[in-house]
Amino acid sequence: MALLELQNVHTYYGGIHALKGISLTVEKGEVVTLIGSNGAGKSTTLKTICGQTRAREGKVFLNGQEITAMKPHEIARLGIAHVPEGRRIFPKLTVRENLELGAFSVQDKRTIQEGVERAFAYFPRLKERFNQKGGTMSGGEQQMLAIARGLMMKPKILMLDEPSMGLAPILVEQIFDIVNELNKEGMTILLVEQNANQALSVASRGYVIQTGEIILKDDARSLLANPQVREAYLA
Amino acid sequence: MLLSILPQVLVDGLTLGFMYAVVALGYTMVYGILEFINFAHGEIFMVGAFVGTEVLLISDSLGVLQGMNPFVALFLTLIIAMIFTGALGVLIERVAYRPLRSAPRLVPLISAIGVSFLLQDLVRFTEALARNEFYLNSPTLFSGAIPLGGNVSISIKGIIVIVLAIILMFALNMFVNKTKWGIAMRAVAQDQSTASLMSINVDKVIMLTFLIGSSLGGATGVLFAQNYGTIDPYIGFILGMKAFTAAVLGGIGNIRGAMIGGVLLGLLEALAGAYMGPLTDGAFGAEYKDVFAFAILILVLLFKPEGLFGEAVKEKV
Repeated sequence: MALLELQNVHTYYGGIHALKGISLTVEKGEVVTLIGSNGAGKSTTLKTICGQTRAREGKVFLNGQEITAMKPHEIARLGIAHVPEGRRIFPKLTVRENLELGAFSVQDKRTIQEGVERAFAYFPRLKERFNQKGGTMSGGEQQMLAIARGLMMKPKILMLDEPSMGLAPILVEQIFDIVNELNKEGMTILLVEQNANQALSVASRGYVIQTGEIILKDDARSLLANPQVREAYLA
Repeated sequence: MLLSILPQVLVDGLTLGFMYAVVALGYTMVYGILEFINFAHGEIFMVGAFVGTEVLLISDSLGVLQGMNPFVALFLTLIIAMIFTGALGVLIERVAYRPLRSAPRLVPLISAIGVSFLLQDLVRFTEALARNEFYLNSPTLFSGAIPLGGNVSISIKGIIVIVLAIILMFALNMFVNKTKWGIAMRAVAQDQSTASLMSINVDKVIMLTFLIGSSLGGATGVLFAQNYGTIDPYIGFILGMKAFTAAVLGGIGNIRGAMIGGVLLGLLEALAGAYMGPLTDGAFGAEYKDVFAFAILILVLLFKPEGLFGEAVKEKV
Protein backbone atom coordinates (compact mmCIF):
# COMPACT_ATOMS: atom_id res chain seq x y z
CA MET A 1 0.00 0.00 0.00
CA ALA A 2 1.29 3.42 -0.92
CA LEU A 3 1.94 5.92 1.85
CA LEU A 4 0.10 8.61 -0.08
CA GLU A 5 -2.33 8.02 -2.90
CA LEU A 6 -4.48 10.30 -4.99
CA GLN A 7 -7.23 8.68 -7.02
CA ASN A 8 -8.70 10.66 -9.89
CA VAL A 9 -8.78 13.94 -7.98
CA HIS A 10 -10.72 16.89 -9.40
CA THR A 11 -10.38 20.30 -7.76
CA TYR A 12 -12.02 23.57 -8.69
CA TYR A 13 -10.85 27.09 -7.90
CA GLY A 14 -13.98 29.18 -8.09
CA GLY A 15 -15.16 28.30 -11.57
CA ILE A 16 -11.80 27.03 -12.80
CA HIS A 17 -11.29 23.31 -13.17
CA ALA A 18 -7.77 23.27 -11.72
CA LEU A 19 -7.14 19.54 -11.31
CA LYS A 20 -8.69 17.23 -13.89
CA GLY A 21 -8.36 13.77 -12.49
CA ILE A 22 -4.95 13.59 -10.84
CA SER A 23 -3.82 10.14 -9.76
CA LEU A 24 -0.47 9.63 -8.12
CA THR A 25 1.22 7.56 -5.45
CA VAL A 26 4.13 8.10 -3.12
CA GLU A 27 5.71 5.04 -1.51
CA LYS A 28 7.34 5.13 1.89
CA GLY A 29 10.94 6.34 1.69
CA GLU A 30 10.64 7.80 -1.81
CA VAL A 31 11.33 11.26 -3.13
CA VAL A 32 8.69 11.91 -5.74
CA THR A 33 8.62 15.13 -7.70
CA LEU A 34 5.81 16.87 -9.45
CA ILE A 35 7.09 19.12 -12.20
CA GLY A 36 5.29 21.42 -14.55
CA SER A 37 5.08 25.02 -15.62
CA ASN A 38 3.48 27.88 -13.78
CA GLY A 39 -0.23 27.37 -13.22
CA ALA A 40 -0.19 23.71 -14.22
CA GLY A 41 -1.74 22.67 -10.89
CA LYS A 42 1.32 21.66 -8.84
CA SER A 43 0.52 23.79 -5.81
CA THR A 44 -3.17 22.98 -6.09
CA THR A 45 -2.30 19.30 -5.89
CA LEU A 46 -0.43 19.83 -2.63
CA LYS A 47 -3.16 22.07 -1.26
CA THR A 48 -5.75 19.44 -2.06
CA ILE A 49 -3.71 16.80 -0.24
CA CYS A 50 -3.40 18.90 2.90
CA GLY A 51 -7.03 19.99 2.84
CA GLN A 52 -6.58 23.68 2.07
CA THR A 53 -8.64 23.24 -1.07
CA ARG A 54 -11.17 20.48 -1.32
CA ALA A 55 -11.37 17.80 -3.97
CA ARG A 56 -14.78 17.86 -5.58
CA GLU A 57 -14.28 14.39 -6.96
CA GLY A 58 -11.81 11.61 -6.30
CA LYS A 59 -10.11 10.45 -3.15
CA VAL A 60 -6.93 11.03 -1.17
CA PHE A 61 -5.49 8.32 1.08
CA LEU A 62 -2.75 8.40 3.68
CA ASN A 63 -1.63 4.91 4.70
CA GLY A 64 -4.90 3.58 3.35
CA GLN A 65 -6.98 5.98 5.44
CA GLU A 66 -9.18 8.31 3.44
CA ILE A 67 -8.41 11.96 4.24
CA THR A 68 -10.26 13.66 1.38
CA ALA A 69 -12.86 15.45 3.49
CA MET A 70 -10.75 16.16 6.54
CA LYS A 71 -9.82 19.64 7.77
CA PRO A 72 -6.24 20.87 7.29
CA HIS A 73 -5.34 20.64 10.99
CA GLU A 74 -6.65 17.08 11.17
CA ILE A 75 -4.63 16.08 8.12
CA ALA A 76 -1.51 17.72 9.53
CA ARG A 77 -2.02 15.84 12.79
CA LEU A 78 -1.99 12.56 10.84
CA GLY A 79 1.55 13.33 9.74
CA ILE A 80 1.51 15.34 6.52
CA ALA A 81 3.84 18.32 6.79
CA HIS A 82 3.27 20.89 4.08
CA VAL A 83 5.95 23.50 3.55
CA PRO A 84 3.95 25.95 1.48
CA GLU A 85 4.97 28.03 -1.48
CA GLY A 86 6.55 31.31 -0.43
CA ARG A 87 7.67 29.75 2.90
CA ARG A 88 4.86 31.36 4.93
CA ILE A 89 6.76 31.46 8.17
CA PHE A 90 5.13 33.55 10.90
CA PRO A 91 7.05 36.80 10.50
CA LYS A 92 6.21 38.30 13.89
CA LEU A 93 7.04 35.15 15.83
CA THR A 94 10.58 34.24 16.78
CA VAL A 95 12.41 31.33 15.21
CA ARG A 96 11.87 29.44 18.45
CA GLU A 97 8.12 30.07 18.38
CA ASN A 98 7.90 29.12 14.72
CA LEU A 99 9.60 25.82 15.45
CA GLU A 100 7.47 25.15 18.51
CA LEU A 101 4.33 25.69 16.45
CA GLY A 102 5.58 23.12 13.97
CA ALA A 103 5.39 20.68 16.86
CA PHE A 104 1.94 21.89 17.98
CA SER A 105 0.51 18.35 17.86
CA VAL A 106 3.46 16.91 19.81
CA GLN A 107 2.73 16.65 23.52
CA ASP A 108 6.07 15.43 24.84
CA LYS A 109 8.44 18.27 25.72
CA ARG A 110 11.52 16.09 25.19
CA THR A 111 10.49 15.21 21.65
CA ILE A 112 10.08 18.91 20.91
CA GLN A 113 13.52 19.66 22.34
CA GLU A 114 15.04 16.87 20.25
CA GLY A 115 13.29 18.29 17.20
CA VAL A 116 14.86 21.69 17.85
CA GLU A 117 18.31 20.08 18.20
CA ARG A 118 17.78 18.23 14.92
CA ALA A 119 16.73 21.45 13.22
CA PHE A 120 19.96 23.07 14.46
CA ALA A 121 21.99 20.15 13.10
CA TYR A 122 20.47 20.57 9.64
CA PHE A 123 20.37 24.34 9.69
CA PRO A 124 23.03 25.81 12.00
CA ARG A 125 21.92 29.31 11.00
CA LEU A 126 18.67 28.82 12.88
CA LYS A 127 20.59 28.42 16.12
CA GLU A 128 22.14 31.85 15.68
CA ARG A 129 18.74 33.33 14.89
CA PHE A 130 16.82 31.42 17.55
CA ASN A 131 15.33 34.40 19.36
CA GLN A 132 15.03 36.63 16.33
CA LYS A 133 11.71 37.34 14.63
CA GLY A 134 11.16 35.21 11.54
CA GLY A 135 10.36 38.19 9.35
CA THR A 136 13.77 39.76 9.90
CA MET A 137 15.62 36.87 8.25
CA SER A 138 16.77 36.50 4.66
CA GLY A 139 14.77 34.48 2.14
CA GLY A 140 17.13 31.54 2.38
CA GLU A 141 17.00 31.49 6.16
CA GLN A 142 13.21 31.69 6.02
CA GLN A 143 13.11 28.70 3.68
CA MET A 144 15.30 26.77 6.09
CA LEU A 145 13.00 27.72 8.95
CA ALA A 146 9.95 26.66 6.94
CA ILE A 147 11.46 23.22 6.27
CA ALA A 148 12.69 22.85 9.84
CA ARG A 149 9.23 23.83 11.09
CA GLY A 150 7.67 21.15 8.90
CA LEU A 151 10.03 18.54 10.30
CA MET A 152 9.16 19.39 13.91
CA MET A 153 6.03 17.22 13.87
CA LYS A 154 8.07 14.18 12.78
CA PRO A 155 5.90 13.81 9.71
CA LYS A 156 5.23 10.66 7.73
CA ILE A 157 5.59 12.69 4.56
CA LEU A 158 7.10 16.09 3.86
CA MET A 159 5.59 18.10 1.02
CA LEU A 160 7.78 20.89 -0.31
CA ASP A 161 6.25 23.50 -2.58
CA GLU A 162 8.89 25.30 -4.68
CA PRO A 163 11.57 25.35 -2.00
CA SER A 164 14.11 26.85 -4.41
CA MET A 165 11.95 29.78 -5.48
CA GLY A 166 13.70 33.13 -5.26
CA LEU A 167 16.88 31.73 -3.78
CA ALA A 168 20.47 32.30 -4.90
CA PRO A 169 21.98 29.29 -6.74
CA ILE A 170 24.23 28.39 -3.83
CA LEU A 171 21.26 28.24 -1.49
CA VAL A 172 19.27 26.19 -3.98
CA GLU A 173 22.12 23.71 -3.96
CA GLN A 174 22.03 23.63 -0.18
CA ILE A 175 18.28 23.07 -0.04
CA PHE A 176 18.49 20.14 -2.45
CA ASP A 177 21.38 18.68 -0.47
CA ILE A 178 19.17 18.72 2.57
CA VAL A 179 16.33 17.08 0.68
CA ASN A 180 18.79 14.34 -0.23
CA GLU A 181 20.05 14.00 3.31
CA LEU A 182 16.54 13.85 4.76
CA ASN A 183 15.62 11.13 2.31
CA LYS A 184 18.69 9.11 3.22
CA GLU A 185 17.45 9.16 6.80
CA GLY A 186 14.19 7.67 5.62
CA MET A 187 11.97 10.73 5.10
CA THR A 188 9.34 10.41 2.39
CA ILE A 189 9.17 13.58 0.31
CA LEU A 190 6.80 14.95 -2.28
CA LEU A 191 8.59 17.76 -4.04
CA VAL A 192 6.96 20.34 -6.28
CA GLU A 193 9.36 22.32 -8.43
CA GLN A 194 9.66 24.52 -11.45
CA ASN A 195 13.36 23.81 -11.33
CA ALA A 196 12.82 20.43 -12.98
CA ASN A 197 16.49 19.65 -13.48
CA GLN A 198 17.33 19.89 -9.78
CA ALA A 199 14.11 18.19 -8.73
CA LEU A 200 14.63 15.20 -11.00
CA SER A 201 18.21 14.82 -9.86
CA VAL A 202 17.16 14.22 -6.25
CA ALA A 203 13.93 12.33 -6.95
CA SER A 204 13.46 8.65 -7.61
CA ARG A 205 10.27 9.16 -9.63
CA GLY A 206 8.54 12.06 -11.23
CA TYR A 207 5.20 13.17 -12.57
CA VAL A 208 4.77 15.85 -15.20
CA ILE A 209 1.63 17.91 -14.81
CA GLN A 210 0.14 20.14 -17.48
CA THR A 211 -3.08 22.17 -17.19
CA GLY A 212 -4.34 20.01 -14.37
CA GLU A 213 -3.52 16.63 -15.85
CA ILE A 214 -0.64 14.20 -15.40
CA ILE A 215 0.82 13.83 -18.87
CA LEU A 216 3.85 11.74 -18.01
CA LYS A 217 5.12 9.60 -15.16
CA ASP A 218 8.38 7.73 -15.01
CA ASP A 219 11.64 7.17 -13.19
CA ALA A 220 13.41 10.43 -12.54
CA ARG A 221 16.35 9.32 -14.69
CA SER A 222 14.16 8.44 -17.64
CA LEU A 223 12.32 11.75 -17.36
CA LEU A 224 15.64 13.60 -17.35
CA ALA A 225 16.51 11.82 -20.58
CA ASN A 226 13.08 12.21 -22.15
CA PRO A 227 13.34 14.60 -25.12
CA GLN A 228 9.82 15.90 -24.60
CA VAL A 229 10.61 16.80 -20.98
CA ARG A 230 13.99 18.20 -21.92
CA GLU A 231 12.46 20.52 -24.43
CA ALA A 232 9.57 21.72 -22.29
CA TYR A 233 11.07 21.91 -18.81
CA LEU A 234 14.81 21.56 -18.93
CA ALA A 235 15.67 23.97 -21.72
CA MET B 1 -6.49 74.35 44.67
CA LEU B 2 -6.05 72.98 41.17
CA LEU B 3 -3.06 70.90 42.18
CA SER B 4 -4.58 69.59 45.38
CA ILE B 5 -7.19 67.60 43.46
CA LEU B 6 -4.61 66.19 41.07
CA PRO B 7 -4.02 62.87 42.92
CA GLN B 8 -7.73 62.10 42.95
CA VAL B 9 -8.08 63.16 39.30
CA LEU B 10 -5.22 60.87 38.36
CA VAL B 11 -6.72 57.94 40.26
CA ASP B 12 -10.11 58.58 38.64
CA GLY B 13 -8.46 58.78 35.25
CA LEU B 14 -6.48 55.62 35.81
CA THR B 15 -9.55 53.78 37.12
CA LEU B 16 -11.51 54.71 34.05
CA GLY B 17 -8.50 54.16 31.81
CA PHE B 18 -7.76 50.67 33.07
CA MET B 19 -11.39 49.74 32.54
CA TYR B 20 -11.20 51.05 28.98
CA ALA B 21 -7.99 49.13 28.55
CA VAL B 22 -9.34 45.76 29.65
CA VAL B 23 -12.47 46.14 27.51
CA ALA B 24 -10.33 47.37 24.60
CA LEU B 25 -8.43 44.07 24.76
CA GLY B 26 -11.59 42.24 23.74
CA TYR B 27 -12.01 44.41 20.65
CA THR B 28 -8.39 44.25 19.69
CA MET B 29 -7.94 40.49 20.15
CA VAL B 30 -10.94 39.66 17.99
CA TYR B 31 -9.88 42.22 15.40
CA GLY B 32 -6.36 40.82 15.37
CA ILE B 33 -7.67 37.42 14.38
CA LEU B 34 -10.81 38.03 12.34
CA GLU B 35 -10.36 41.65 11.20
CA PHE B 36 -13.83 42.18 12.49
CA ILE B 37 -15.11 44.69 15.06
CA ASN B 38 -17.24 42.84 17.57
CA PHE B 39 -19.68 45.62 18.32
CA ALA B 40 -21.47 43.44 20.85
CA HIS B 41 -18.43 43.48 23.11
CA GLY B 42 -19.66 46.53 25.03
CA GLU B 43 -22.82 44.58 25.82
CA ILE B 44 -20.75 41.65 27.10
CA PHE B 45 -19.23 44.14 29.53
CA MET B 46 -22.73 45.25 30.52
CA VAL B 47 -23.88 41.65 31.05
CA GLY B 48 -20.83 41.12 33.27
CA ALA B 49 -21.88 44.11 35.36
CA PHE B 50 -25.38 42.69 35.75
CA VAL B 51 -24.26 39.14 36.53
CA GLY B 52 -21.83 40.44 39.13
CA THR B 53 -24.39 42.74 40.69
CA GLU B 54 -27.02 40.00 40.77
CA VAL B 55 -24.56 37.63 42.43
CA LEU B 56 -23.92 40.23 45.12
CA LEU B 57 -27.60 41.17 45.51
CA ILE B 58 -28.72 37.56 45.78
CA SER B 59 -26.00 36.55 48.19
CA ASP B 60 -26.77 39.68 50.20
CA SER B 61 -30.46 38.79 50.44
CA LEU B 62 -29.52 35.24 51.43
CA GLY B 63 -27.38 36.67 54.16
CA VAL B 64 -24.14 35.15 52.87
CA LEU B 65 -22.50 38.42 52.10
CA GLN B 66 -22.42 39.70 55.65
CA GLY B 67 -19.30 38.66 57.42
CA MET B 68 -17.64 37.52 54.21
CA ASN B 69 -14.25 38.97 53.51
CA PRO B 70 -14.88 41.60 50.79
CA PHE B 71 -11.88 40.39 48.80
CA VAL B 72 -13.22 36.85 48.76
CA ALA B 73 -16.65 38.14 47.78
CA LEU B 74 -15.19 40.20 44.93
CA PHE B 75 -13.05 37.30 43.76
CA LEU B 76 -15.99 34.88 43.64
CA THR B 77 -18.18 37.46 41.92
CA LEU B 78 -15.50 38.06 39.32
CA ILE B 79 -15.08 34.34 38.66
CA ILE B 80 -18.82 33.78 38.20
CA ALA B 81 -19.21 36.82 35.95
CA MET B 82 -16.17 35.83 33.88
CA ILE B 83 -17.40 32.29 33.35
CA PHE B 84 -20.83 33.56 32.37
CA THR B 85 -19.63 36.21 29.94
CA GLY B 86 -16.88 33.98 28.56
CA ALA B 87 -19.46 31.34 27.71
CA LEU B 88 -21.78 34.01 26.31
CA GLY B 89 -19.01 35.30 24.03
CA VAL B 90 -18.31 31.80 22.73
CA LEU B 91 -22.01 31.22 22.12
CA ILE B 92 -22.37 34.51 20.22
CA GLU B 93 -19.38 33.68 18.03
CA ARG B 94 -20.79 30.25 17.26
CA VAL B 95 -24.31 31.42 16.49
CA ALA B 96 -23.96 34.94 15.10
CA TYR B 97 -20.46 35.23 13.58
CA ARG B 98 -19.10 31.87 12.53
CA PRO B 99 -21.84 31.14 9.97
CA LEU B 100 -21.01 34.51 8.39
CA ARG B 101 -17.25 34.12 8.27
CA SER B 102 -17.07 33.91 4.50
CA ALA B 103 -19.75 36.57 3.97
CA PRO B 104 -18.79 40.12 2.95
CA ARG B 105 -17.28 42.10 5.82
CA LEU B 106 -20.27 44.27 6.53
CA VAL B 107 -22.54 41.32 7.22
CA PRO B 108 -21.04 40.09 10.50
CA LEU B 109 -20.80 43.73 11.58
CA ILE B 110 -24.55 44.09 11.20
CA SER B 111 -24.98 40.80 13.01
CA ALA B 112 -22.88 42.17 15.89
CA ILE B 113 -25.06 45.28 16.11
CA GLY B 114 -28.10 43.00 16.20
CA VAL B 115 -26.57 41.00 19.05
CA SER B 116 -25.96 44.28 20.91
CA PHE B 117 -29.62 45.25 20.82
CA LEU B 118 -30.65 41.72 21.69
CA LEU B 119 -28.46 41.66 24.80
CA GLN B 120 -29.61 45.10 25.94
CA ASP B 121 -33.24 44.10 25.66
CA LEU B 122 -32.74 40.66 27.15
CA VAL B 123 -31.13 42.14 30.24
CA ARG B 124 -33.72 44.86 30.49
CA PHE B 125 -36.54 42.35 30.10
CA THR B 126 -35.10 39.90 32.63
CA GLU B 127 -34.44 42.54 35.24
CA ALA B 128 -37.80 44.20 34.75
CA LEU B 129 -39.44 40.82 35.18
CA ALA B 130 -37.43 39.84 38.24
CA ARG B 131 -37.09 43.17 40.01
CA ASN B 132 -39.60 45.49 38.38
CA GLU B 133 -36.82 47.84 37.36
CA PHE B 134 -33.78 47.68 35.19
CA TYR B 135 -31.56 50.11 37.05
CA LEU B 136 -29.63 48.25 39.69
CA ASN B 137 -27.67 49.55 42.64
CA SER B 138 -24.75 47.32 43.38
CA PRO B 139 -23.92 46.46 46.99
CA THR B 140 -20.65 48.15 47.82
CA LEU B 141 -17.86 45.85 48.96
CA PHE B 142 -15.27 48.49 49.60
CA SER B 143 -15.67 51.99 50.92
CA GLY B 144 -13.41 54.60 52.37
CA ALA B 145 -10.42 56.41 51.12
CA ILE B 146 -6.74 56.60 51.83
CA PRO B 147 -5.78 60.08 53.08
CA LEU B 148 -2.76 61.58 51.40
CA GLY B 149 -2.25 64.48 53.77
CA GLY B 150 -4.10 67.76 53.81
CA ASN B 151 -7.61 67.23 52.50
CA VAL B 152 -6.42 65.02 49.67
CA SER B 153 -7.38 61.36 49.52
CA ILE B 154 -7.84 58.59 47.02
CA SER B 155 -10.65 56.05 47.07
CA ILE B 156 -9.98 52.40 47.84
CA LYS B 157 -12.45 51.22 45.15
CA GLY B 158 -10.42 52.98 42.52
CA ILE B 159 -7.20 51.39 43.66
CA ILE B 160 -8.80 47.95 43.64
CA VAL B 161 -10.02 48.45 40.07
CA ILE B 162 -6.55 49.51 38.98
CA VAL B 163 -4.76 46.63 40.72
CA LEU B 164 -7.17 44.01 39.37
CA ALA B 165 -7.02 45.41 35.86
CA ILE B 166 -3.24 45.25 35.98
CA ILE B 167 -3.38 41.63 37.17
CA LEU B 168 -5.77 40.70 34.35
CA MET B 169 -3.62 42.38 31.73
CA PHE B 170 -0.47 40.81 33.09
CA ALA B 171 -2.10 37.37 33.00
CA LEU B 172 -3.23 37.91 29.42
CA ASN B 173 0.22 39.05 28.41
CA MET B 174 1.76 35.92 29.93
CA PHE B 175 -0.79 33.73 28.22
CA VAL B 176 -0.31 35.26 24.79
CA ASN B 177 3.47 35.32 24.93
CA LYS B 178 4.43 32.25 26.90
CA THR B 179 1.88 29.49 26.41
CA LYS B 180 1.40 27.12 23.52
CA TRP B 181 -2.16 28.27 22.84
CA GLY B 182 -1.13 31.90 23.19
CA ILE B 183 1.53 31.46 20.53
CA ALA B 184 -1.02 29.62 18.40
CA MET B 185 -3.33 32.60 18.80
CA ARG B 186 -0.68 34.97 17.48
CA ALA B 187 0.05 32.58 14.64
CA VAL B 188 -3.63 32.47 13.65
CA ALA B 189 -3.72 36.28 13.75
CA GLN B 190 -0.82 36.39 11.27
CA ASP B 191 -1.74 33.62 8.86
CA GLN B 192 -4.75 31.39 9.41
CA SER B 193 -4.21 28.95 6.61
CA THR B 194 -0.58 28.33 7.49
CA ALA B 195 -1.50 27.98 11.15
CA SER B 196 -3.86 25.17 10.21
CA LEU B 197 -0.91 23.39 8.55
CA MET B 198 0.71 23.29 12.00
CA SER B 199 -2.19 21.11 13.29
CA ILE B 200 -3.74 24.18 14.90
CA ASN B 201 -7.51 24.04 14.98
CA VAL B 202 -8.29 27.59 13.87
CA ASP B 203 -11.92 27.44 15.00
CA LYS B 204 -10.80 26.44 18.46
CA VAL B 205 -8.35 29.35 18.62
CA ILE B 206 -11.12 31.74 17.56
CA MET B 207 -13.37 30.30 20.28
CA LEU B 208 -10.60 30.76 22.80
CA THR B 209 -10.16 34.37 21.70
CA PHE B 210 -13.83 35.09 22.28
CA LEU B 211 -13.73 33.23 25.60
CA ILE B 212 -10.82 35.27 26.92
CA GLY B 213 -11.88 38.62 25.46
CA SER B 214 -15.44 38.25 26.74
CA SER B 215 -14.46 37.12 30.21
CA LEU B 216 -12.14 40.11 30.48
CA GLY B 217 -15.04 42.33 29.39
CA GLY B 218 -17.31 40.70 31.96
CA ALA B 219 -14.76 41.17 34.73
CA THR B 220 -14.55 44.85 33.85
CA GLY B 221 -18.32 45.04 34.16
CA VAL B 222 -18.08 43.82 37.76
CA LEU B 223 -15.38 46.38 38.50
CA PHE B 224 -17.47 49.12 36.88
CA ALA B 225 -20.50 48.27 39.03
CA GLN B 226 -18.32 48.32 42.13
CA ASN B 227 -16.78 51.63 41.23
CA TYR B 228 -19.84 53.56 40.09
CA GLY B 229 -22.63 51.83 42.02
CA THR B 230 -25.50 52.14 39.55
CA ILE B 231 -25.83 50.18 36.32
CA ASP B 232 -28.41 49.94 33.54
CA PRO B 233 -28.62 47.88 30.35
CA TYR B 234 -27.21 50.72 28.25
CA ILE B 235 -23.88 51.27 29.98
CA GLY B 236 -22.17 49.04 27.42
CA PHE B 237 -22.70 51.40 24.53
CA ILE B 238 -20.69 54.44 25.65
CA LEU B 239 -18.05 52.43 27.46
CA GLY B 240 -17.76 50.10 24.47
CA MET B 241 -17.32 53.09 22.15
CA LYS B 242 -14.62 54.52 24.36
CA ALA B 243 -12.85 51.18 24.68
CA PHE B 244 -13.03 50.73 20.93
CA THR B 245 -11.57 54.22 20.58
CA ALA B 246 -8.79 53.22 22.96
CA ALA B 247 -8.07 50.15 20.85
CA VAL B 248 -7.86 52.28 17.71
CA LEU B 249 -5.74 54.86 19.50
CA GLY B 250 -3.25 52.19 20.51
CA GLY B 251 -3.36 50.49 17.12
CA ILE B 252 -6.16 48.00 16.59
CA GLY B 253 -5.02 44.39 16.71
CA ASN B 254 -2.16 45.26 19.03
CA ILE B 255 -2.62 44.01 22.60
CA ARG B 256 -0.13 46.34 24.27
CA GLY B 257 -1.49 49.20 22.21
CA ALA B 258 -4.97 48.59 23.59
CA MET B 259 -3.67 48.63 27.16
CA ILE B 260 -1.77 51.87 26.71
CA GLY B 261 -4.49 53.45 24.57
CA GLY B 262 -7.08 52.72 27.26
CA VAL B 263 -5.08 54.20 30.10
CA LEU B 264 -4.18 57.22 28.02
CA LEU B 265 -7.79 57.88 27.05
CA GLY B 266 -8.98 57.55 30.65
CA LEU B 267 -6.33 59.93 31.93
CA LEU B 268 -7.01 62.50 29.22
CA GLU B 269 -10.70 62.35 29.91
CA ALA B 270 -10.29 62.80 33.67
CA LEU B 271 -7.80 65.62 33.30
CA ALA B 272 -10.00 67.36 30.77
CA GLY B 273 -13.03 66.90 33.02
CA ALA B 274 -11.29 68.40 36.02
CA TYR B 275 -9.25 71.19 34.51
CA MET B 276 -10.88 72.36 31.32
CA GLY B 277 -13.46 74.44 33.18
CA PRO B 278 -11.07 76.27 35.51
CA LEU B 279 -8.44 76.74 32.81
CA THR B 280 -10.82 78.27 30.29
CA ASP B 281 -12.68 80.34 32.87
CA GLY B 282 -15.73 78.20 32.42
CA ALA B 283 -15.94 78.57 28.64
CA PHE B 284 -15.47 74.80 28.24
CA GLY B 285 -16.72 72.81 31.21
CA ALA B 286 -16.33 69.17 32.16
CA GLU B 287 -19.09 68.30 29.70
CA TYR B 288 -16.56 68.81 26.92
CA LYS B 289 -14.25 66.08 28.17
CA ASP B 290 -15.42 63.59 25.54
CA VAL B 291 -14.90 66.16 22.80
CA PHE B 292 -11.39 66.66 24.08
CA ALA B 293 -10.68 62.91 24.18
CA PHE B 294 -11.96 62.36 20.67
CA ALA B 295 -10.15 65.43 19.36
CA ILE B 296 -6.93 63.82 20.59
CA LEU B 297 -7.91 60.60 18.85
CA ILE B 298 -8.51 62.45 15.58
CA LEU B 299 -5.18 64.23 15.88
CA VAL B 300 -3.32 60.98 16.51
CA LEU B 301 -5.02 59.25 13.61
CA LEU B 302 -4.33 62.17 11.28
CA PHE B 303 -0.61 61.84 11.85
CA LYS B 304 -0.42 58.13 12.59
CA PRO B 305 -3.41 56.34 11.02
CA GLU B 306 -2.23 52.94 12.27
CA GLY B 307 -2.52 54.14 15.89
CA LEU B 308 0.22 54.77 18.40
CA PHE B 309 1.60 51.23 18.48
CA GLY B 310 0.06 49.68 15.38
CA GLU B 311 2.00 48.66 12.33
CA ALA B 312 1.20 50.16 8.98
CA VAL B 313 -1.12 47.69 7.30
CA LYS B 314 0.37 45.81 4.41
CA GLU B 315 -1.96 44.08 2.03
CA LYS B 316 -1.89 40.37 2.72
CA VAL B 317 -0.79 38.35 -0.29
